[in-house]
Amino acid sequence: MTAPTVTPYRSGTPAGHDSFAHLLHAEWTKFRTVRGWVIAVVVAMLVTILLGVYGGIRSQNGCVNGPCHPFIAVGPGGEAVTDAFYFVHRPLTADGSITVRVTSLTGVIETDQTPQGPARTEPGLQPWSKAGLIITAGLSQGSAYAAVMVTGSLGTRMQWNYTGDTPGLAGAVSAASPRWLRLTRAGDAITSYDSADGIRWTEIGTVSLPGLAPTVQAGMFVTSPQYTQQVNQQISGGTQSGDPTDATAAFDRVSLQGRWPASAWTGTAVSGGSNSQYPTGSEAGYRQAGGAFSVTGSGDIAPGAAGGTPINTELAGVFIGLIAVVVAGALFITAEYRRGMIRVTLAASPRRGRVLAAKAIVLAAVTFAAGLIGAAGAVWVGDRLLAGHGFAFDPATVPTEIRVIAGTAALVAVAAVFALGVGAILRHGAGAVTVVITAIILPYLLAAAFPVLPAGAADWLLRVTPAAGFAIQQAIPAYPQVAASYTPVQGYFPLAPWAGFAVLCGYAALAPVLAAFLLHRRDA
Amino acid sequence: MSDATIEVSGLRKRFGSTLALDGMTFTVSPGQLTGFIGPNGAGKSTTMRVILGLDKPDEGTALVSGRPYRDLPRPLTQVGALLDAAALQPSRAARNHLLWLAHSQGLGARRVDEVLSRAGLETAARRKAGGYSLGMRQRLGIAAALLGDPPVLMLDEPFNGMDPEGIVWMRGFLAALAAQGRAVLVSSHLMSELQDTADHVVIVGRGKVIADTSVADLLASASGDRVTVRTSARWDAAAVLSAAGATVAEAGGAILTVSGLAAERITALLGDRKVPFSEVSAHRATLEEAYLELTRDAVEYRAEPVRGAA
Repeated sequence: MTAPTVTPYRSGTPAGHDSFAHLLHAEWTKFRTVRGWVIAVVVAMLVTILLGVYGGIRSQNGCVNGPCHPFIAVGPGGEAVTDAFYFVHRPLTADGSITVRVTSLTGVIETDQTPQGPARTEPGLQPWSKAGLIITAGLSQGSAYAAVMVTGSLGTRMQWNYTGDTPGLAGAVSAASPRWLRLTRAGDAITSYDSADGIRWTEIGTVSLPGLAPTVQAGMFVTSPQYTQQVNQQISGGTQSGDPTDATAAFDRVSLQGRWPASAWTGTAVSGGSNSQYPTGSEAGYRQAGGAFSVTGSGDIAPGAAGGTPINTELAGVFIGLIAVVVAGALFITAEYRRGMIRVTLAASPRRGRVLAAKAIVLAAVTFAAGLIGAAGAVWVGDRLLAGHGFAFDPATVPTEIRVIAGTAALVAVAAVFALGVGAILRHGAGAVTVVITAIILPYLLAAAFPVLPAGAADWLLRVTPAAGFAIQQAIPAYPQVAASYTPVQGYFPLAPWAGFAVLCGYAALAPVLAAFLLHRRDA
Repeated sequence: MSDATIEVSGLRKRFGSTLALDGMTFTVSPGQLTGFIGPNGAGKSTTMRVILGLDKPDEGTALVSGRPYRDLPRPLTQVGALLDAAALQPSRAARNHLLWLAHSQGLGARRVDEVLSRAGLETAARRKAGGYSLGMRQRLGIAAALLGDPPVLMLDEPFNGMDPEGIVWMRGFLAALAAQGRAVLVSSHLMSELQDTADHVVIVGRGKVIADTSVADLLASASGDRVTVRTSARWDAAAVLSAAGATVAEAGGAILTVSGLAAERITALLGDRKVPFSEVSAHRATLEEAYLELTRDAVEYRAEPVRGAA
């Protein structure tokens, strides 16, 4: 109707295109300019560090018999190991082999132990009591090795460098059903064989021990792990009560090939000394009668320090910091709905999915950084602080330490994005926070931190709820060849670290995807 | 690039049982301040949300400079809008509120400081927006709308909560923006707020346009052609004017109300015949009167339930 009589206005703003970088910049500006959100993230970071260090101290103080483990053996892979056994050995130079027959393996539990010695014993061969042949780089704990052995109830095995384990013949050993074992060395390669009759031999496996010195210690060993039972459960670790066990094995038909320079066998109790969680056992030693040997030992050659404290104990405070992060994550979107600011946001950026993506990326980046500083602070600062007081955590390999620390940061970031997604769906801050805390933190509390649930229910919760993501913090894997209490309260999760984390990521991905769908459908 | 306009065509939208928009159609042209006027609940805010792509209409289209809003690159450089002055995070400083908006369009902090100063908020810029009075929030909203220096501006009830001084400032500010060639759409439920400011009005009621006209035409139609004549010689005057074809009515005292003749013609006739008069004045309706007359029906029907779905 009215024809324009004026020249239409031309914006003084130079023409430009939409850019996702602009959107990220805007959302970052939004986040950093609300003091409450910044404080929440910083508090999460500090709580993680402080509670982590506190939890570590508490856990270490909880050890019953004086200083816990001032010396922790570290295996060739960099992880904490247990290395205590009785060893009847001779040096072997260059290539060679040793063959032996095992005719019996028995064991006892030393109950009611007193400083003067065992008051009484009862029969009790442990499933993972071990007797067999070992070639080891040295007599110090944590040396590289390969071994072939009979076990209490898990058949013949080849094991090497603490974490390796391959089964051989099944069945228990007895005089009627003896086991023949052989280890041969060729350079760095050690091959093991077993046989039921000394005639037909089966190769179990060959492993490589890189950089093995020309002269190694080889011979017969016996060890038997502690009989343990769970007596107490609490936040940041638990207490185990256990009694030492001894195992005794009978060896004969010892046959050596290659250069064995020593003229006789030597018996050595490889152990951590008087402070070891594994005393050598009151009966440790060996007797030789002609070609027959009776060897008694106690301890274990296995991954994980007995009664040790894994580094994830230092991250026990994460779940409290997580609450603050979840609140900030949910409010990052619900506060916009509460005041109608979402309309301003969507008018500035009409492509709604991109707005949500930008929010998620900014939130993830901020919370990942806070989580990384918190977790690294808890572990590294905690380690140094505790070391100054004579405490120590079980060493973990560098990749494990990186995975635990970065994984914790990722856990925090993914939980924040989950909260953002739920917030965008519900458009209500308190509701979103309640949902997310119920989904992530509550199962973790019930199953792991303050365990009130039976182990089965706890396992189930940590498989199917977003709390499965806490598995990323597990520093020490559950080894089938170690009989230990693999419960969530001990820091062991039913799912593997990345599998558990994937469960959380699944939930966290679902929420923003559903939120984006609703954001497109709904009027703003 | 097409002209800076807002074109709304056949918008319909239903919220549950309420028909919020019922064929809303109008155009906002550049270089004019267009008043978007109607009682509360007439569909002004809903129309604005549809224009900004925030609400989806059931039917109809809304175009800004010839394109749907969501197809505009860096939309704040094309349309500046103030929908709700309270739509901000109270704990964020006012300047930071503008800063994130600027960043979302690839603009910098310098532009933020420019619009803060144009809105008269420099001194309060670092204060938390939650502590702002409604009038200050309106200024902040204006500043936000101007961030991208857009050729189209759309403001929903910008006078709400402003003190008289603020209202005067706002009127002058909006008129200046329109004079620069921008298309400016300003909604209000009070016609008086836009008196002497708007060039054009779109009057709405019950979700559709009642009148879409220039302010001058609207006033003329509401005034009719009545002219007031004050004279001591009532009979002579009535005779002269009746003879010239006018309808004359006595309005009491020395006053006649004349229709059918323009004021200039009446003055000339009475002068020729030497009939004394002390005043000949065209009756001027106020914009408010014109508006009330037009929206009376819409207001009356508002309480009625909406008839069944179309």
